[in-house]
Amino acid sequence: MHVGVVSFPGSNGDHDALANLEADLGVTVRRVDYRETTLVGLDAVVLPGGFSYGDALRCGAIARFAPIMTELQKAAAEGMPILGICNGFQVLCEAHLLPGVLLRNKTLNFHCYWEHIRFENVHTAWTNNLEVGQVLRLPIAHGEGAYFIDPDGLARIESNGQVVARYSDPEGHVTDAANGAINAIASVCNEQGNVVGLMPHPERATNDLIGGSDGLLMLQSLLNTGTPAP
Amino acid sequence: MKNFLVEAEIMPKRGVNDPQGEAVLSGLRLLGFEAASKVRVGKLIRFQVAAETSDEARADATSMCEKLLANPVIEEFELEVSEA
Repeated sequence: MHVGVVSFPGSNGDHDALANLEADLGVTVRRVDYRETTLVGLDAVVLPGGFSYGDALRCGAIARFAPIMTELQKAAAEGMPILGICNGFQVLCEAHLLPGVLLRNKTLNFHCYWEHIRFENVHTAWTNNLEVGQVLRLPIAHGEGAYFIDPDGLARIESNGQVVARYSDPEGHVTDAANGAINAIASVCNEQGNVVGLMPHPERATNDLIGGSDGLLMLQSLLNTGTPAP
Repeated sequence: MKNFLVEAEIMPKRGVNDPQGEAVLSGLRLLGFEAASKVRVGKLIRFQVAAETSDEARADATSMCEKLLANPVIEEFELEVSEA
């Protein structure tokens, strides 16, 4: 299993993802520069957290046009598992690979602590190792994490099962999202379920040595997914 | 070809939360400006477009707003086009 992690100018979660996917998930990783134009040899791609292009204009708005994104659009259409974490989620929304958008937290504060999220869709490439209703404890670190989509879009993703996870208490009761996310949405997927975005950081919770290992339970889904590249 | 000056005013759509606007309003109230209400914070992007006519410049700028400068999910935009 070969997983690529895309580094945009201003990404800062790329090294966490590379180190922990390799050490704790046990996959082969490759840093993919945003100027590259091929994803050949990769089975899955992670868009990491950070502040690509300094969040200029809107979070993820400029990264969407980086050269590698043309290939990523094709790979997404072909069913490659793609995970956007935090800023990566914002990039996928701006690229229209995922529905909706992430707005400024309603508190206007940067939120940086451990949260619980409850999973609802366990049929995606990135959540098939989990059970419906399973609660994971994951760190968050974002200023623009309030998921938003217009009422028609919300009805559509709710009825399609594209809401992957919501903020909850430790027992799995869905709570009002501290960041103001509509319907407490923490994670969504595309219609095919190969592209998933979430605000919390599973790649920063892969080992009890770094505060928790729940993220690994989610990432291990990848090992159940698809066929390795030739 | 002439240069046209474009001002794109980009605002959060009605119904989209604007916590920045709310924070600015509470700041104004703290300063004693009781008359202020309904604050919304957007952005103004000013740039030049080379085109034969004002209509052509406006069409180009509209396309720029739709593709990059504004996110139609949450924002709407208005354009002012004049000769630079």
